[in-house]
Amino acid sequence: MQSIVEQDLGTPARLSAKTVTLTIDGEEITVPEGTSVMRAAALLGSKIPKLCATDQLEAFGSCRLCLVQIEGMKGLPASCTTPAAQGMKVTTQNKQIADVRRGVMELYISDHPLDCLTCPANGHCELQDMAGVVGLREVRYGYEGDNHLTAEKDTSNPYFTFDPSKCIVCSRCVRACDEQQGTLALTIQSRGFGSTVSASQDVPFMDSECVSCGACVQACPTATLSENSLIEKGQAEHSLVTTCAYCGVGCSFRAEMKGEEVVRMVPNKDGHANHGHSCVKGRFAIGYATHSDRIVKPMIRAKITDAWREVSWEDAIGYAASEMQRIQAKYGRDSIGGITSSRCTNEETYLVQKLVRAGFGNNNVDTCARVCHSPTGYGLKQTLGESAGTQNFDSVMKADVIFVIGANPTDGHPVFASQMKRRLRTGAHLIVADPRSIDLVRTPHVAADYHLKLRPGTNVALVNSLAHVIVTEGLVKEDFVRERCDVASFDQWRAFVSDPKNSPEAMEEVTGVPAMSVRGAARLYATGGNGAIYYGLGVTEHSQGSTMVMGIANLAMATGNVGREGVGVNPLRGQNNVQGSCDMGSFPHEFPGYRHVSNEAVRALFEGAWGVSLLGEPGLRIPNMFEAALDGDFKGLYIEGEDIAQSDPNTQHVTAALEAMECIIVQDLFLNESAKFAHVFLPGSSFLEKDGTFTNAERRISRVRKVMQPKAGYADWEITQLLSNAVGYPMNYAHPSEIMDEIAGLTPTFTGVSFARIDELGSIQWPCNAQHPEGTPTMHVGEFVRGKGRFLLTEYVPTHEKVNAKFPLILTTGRILSQYNVGAQTRRTENNRWHDEDRLEIHPNDAEERGIVEGDWVGITSRAGETVLRARVSERVQPGVVYTTFHFPESGANVITTDNSDWATNCPEYKVTAVQATRVGQPSEWQRRYREFSEAQEDLLKNADVFAVK
Amino acid sequence: METHTVSGSNHSASGNDHLVQMANDIGNFFRASPQREDAIAGIANHIASFWTKRMREKLMARLEQDEHGLDELPLEALKRLSRSTAAPAR
Repeated sequence: MQSIVEQDLGTPARLSAKTVTLTIDGEEITVPEGTSVMRAAALLGSKIPKLCATDQLEAFGSCRLCLVQIEGMKGLPASCTTPAAQGMKVTTQNKQIADVRRGVMELYISDHPLDCLTCPANGHCELQDMAGVVGLREVRYGYEGDNHLTAEKDTSNPYFTFDPSKCIVCSRCVRACDEQQGTLALTIQSRGFGSTVSASQDVPFMDSECVSCGACVQACPTATLSENSLIEKGQAEHSLVTTCAYCGVGCSFRAEMKGEEVVRMVPNKDGHANHGHSCVKGRFAIGYATHSDRIVKPMIRAKITDAWREVSWEDAIGYAASEMQRIQAKYGRDSIGGITSSRCTNEETYLVQKLVRAGFGNNNVDTCARVCHSPTGYGLKQTLGESAGTQNFDSVMKADVIFVIGANPTDGHPVFASQMKRRLRTGAHLIVADPRSIDLVRTPHVAADYHLKLRPGTNVALVNSLAHVIVTEGLVKEDFVRERCDVASFDQWRAFVSDPKNSPEAMEEVTGVPAMSVRGAARLYATGGNGAIYYGLGVTEHSQGSTMVMGIANLAMATGNVGREGVGVNPLRGQNNVQGSCDMGSFPHEFPGYRHVSNEAVRALFEGAWGVSLLGEPGLRIPNMFEAALDGDFKGLYIEGEDIAQSDPNTQHVTAALEAMECIIVQDLFLNESAKFAHVFLPGSSFLEKDGTFTNAERRISRVRKVMQPKAGYADWEITQLLSNAVGYPMNYAHPSEIMDEIAGLTPTFTGVSFARIDELGSIQWPCNAQHPEGTPTMHVGEFVRGKGRFLLTEYVPTHEKVNAKFPLILTTGRILSQYNVGAQTRRTENNRWHDEDRLEIHPNDAEERGIVEGDWVGITSRAGETVLRARVSERVQPGVVYTTFHFPESGANVITTDNSDWATNCPEYKVTAVQATRVGQPSEWQRRYREFSEAQEDLLKNADVFAVK
Repeated sequence: METHTVSGSNHSASGNDHLVQMANDIGNFFRASPQREDAIAGIANHIASFWTKRMREKLMARLEQDEHGLDELPLEALKRLSRSTAAPAR
């Protein structure tokens, strides 16, 4: 059911510039052309009774409750399916209409349980409301006839229950799965009295194609589909709007509460990024915040082989500060640093980088964007002038050609993928460049025009061959280039890509993609109308990640696909606040707002505001911190909300570096993999326990609102502030809004941002300043941020990671819908029901050669290490390529990934690792050692009374 | 099952070789520039902008002992960097 506070206007809004004026019950109203009579009446404050209609879905006209009288029209038309017309005169209430409505309700109630008082929907049931509205007083049919009251519940899904005995067959759930989610897992089977909602071929929800997004639950007007949390806890009493802490879509939610307890998370219909939709993670998987693994007391220890000791906050902070000071005194100013969190708020990451620069006195600060989209920051800054995507998500609705490169949005950005599918189903073309057959290639009512199934590691070869076609076949938008771009760089680039070595025919051997497919895709992108590129980590996590980003920007500029709606270069940022973390100056070489630390004017600005001298030299990136630790130069690290021991490549290298340090401070919710090497554990706060802002992949800054007190006593920003004061750099913020005010005062792209302004507008896409007082949905309109767009030469350089007889396969990695990144949150929820282990996807040919069948244990060996996973034999991967996810630490996916990285940013080359796969009968040596080490570390916790849940 | 050397355990010898590799990789991008001077300037600017002073010093120290392994363009870029005193302004 819908949220407890939102109004439903019956049918979706229409955006026509043309309007019509009609009269409803004697009152005039003017509405956009195409608006339904029902919605027009609702806008007047007149609620026409309804059951099958909801403003999140197109009108259906089945319940027959919303009938009205319209002068000049026969009978009683349904107001939901009747568009308002100029001069129309509508009567919504009279005796005839009232009798019809009461009759309809009589029929519904004759086949419905009368257990309202014990029903989960009691007090918030649309059927109950309509019975009251129509004045139903009796059911003349009685209750002895055939009915559905004994239909059995489906409790297969861990998050919601389907009770068909309460179903009124309004089809809202079926339509929601179709229109909003695009999975089409539900249907109405049979007909007439036999009509019932069916998941797939009438199987339990968990066995169907249902992805548990919850759209059907939200759409249901009765208790037929109800959240289990609602069934258990009852109706919420208040709600607060906040932002999801999972992926970079940044869905807006209403946290519905009873006191400090979350009853359910309901997507906010006014959410600018998600428009009332969500996925299984954001809507349902919040149980990790109160999981029994949650640690709420600070702990310290001298050595990682010592037991943890619970201490007071004062002692923990004091110990951490004294250790960092001792290390600097002994090893030098540059021997410590910090890692900001892409899970924490903008205000929190700003404080961590401020602590490092002003408190520690160096620039050794970095963020997890290092291992995902740092090439985006570099590549787009070089070409377009700003380290961010160019559009908002809604822009996809005006795209004619959607080009998805190295991304799997149905798994990684599911709510945006649903929106993309809505556009694809209305006729947009689709090109997919991916080594795997991702779901988007062929999904209900969507099929890619071209699937460029390239070999991992050959992205730049592909993009150069696409560019070759565009240039040599005269498909360049010459006017756009001459007006908007640096012509000298364009001429150089044109000569470069025209070289026959970059032709699709020449590159076919390298990429494995047939030349004619490349030519077809290039022509489609260049001439098919508005062309929009969406890309992910399959672009950036390569040794030529930055080069590929530049190649994408080159393509977009050459075809004039930048600077308006429907086009653009759209990096699909993965985490809830990785964009924000970068914006806030988490990189070792840049202050907030992407300004280099060597820029004297900028540095002076921050020195003036922060009251301290700042270093003008870039600091250490995360991979360089590891190198420096192993060299003995880097000894102390403050890690906020990141788990580098699980997420970074070449695990054995990372853990060796961690072991070489003398003080590691981990601030997190759980004892994660990195915390097993830590000396100080500071219990952090979840997104439910703090105020602040997140910035999503659209550059959209949205509010995060505290709905409960921090379980450990402090929000993350307060902990950083305590630490800063303890090391001698004073911080005295009373509220995160003050931190944002400071950010706005120092950052030209943020000058118009404040909590008050965000509340007023709902969200803000930066830049937000005097030139763009309400933010910037589309960038580079009229002019690129750097002035003229710059073309850069993107020569294909093969990766160092070569396959050979010993390592003949290429491993590439990715994500799955139900789990999130290292799994710290989702592994602690019921989402494990969908994915409880990382598996190795292997093509049937490769499996057969090795005697591997589905479910076998497979040893995967690379130049870096070895691990063991169970096999999933699948044709989604091509021969010669294997694939796995990295959501479970015990699977050791990063034991086998290497130190190879992007030349510009050191973003790890997760997507290309040469491996061999062999059928085995036991875990790897690393897994055995990991299990022993983890058990020992958990044992060292046993005497500390630090958990939230006893 | 065959075991592998943990890269961290053999770090000292490989750490500076890693810097050589990084410099060569940067050079591989800029070598596409038609003008040699642009390539050298691009490499130098990139290293100055993104490498710490310690990393640059380590690589220079390594080159003073042995230039082997470093490609021509990044070698020239590093020599120019060592002659200048400040990171280029951005």
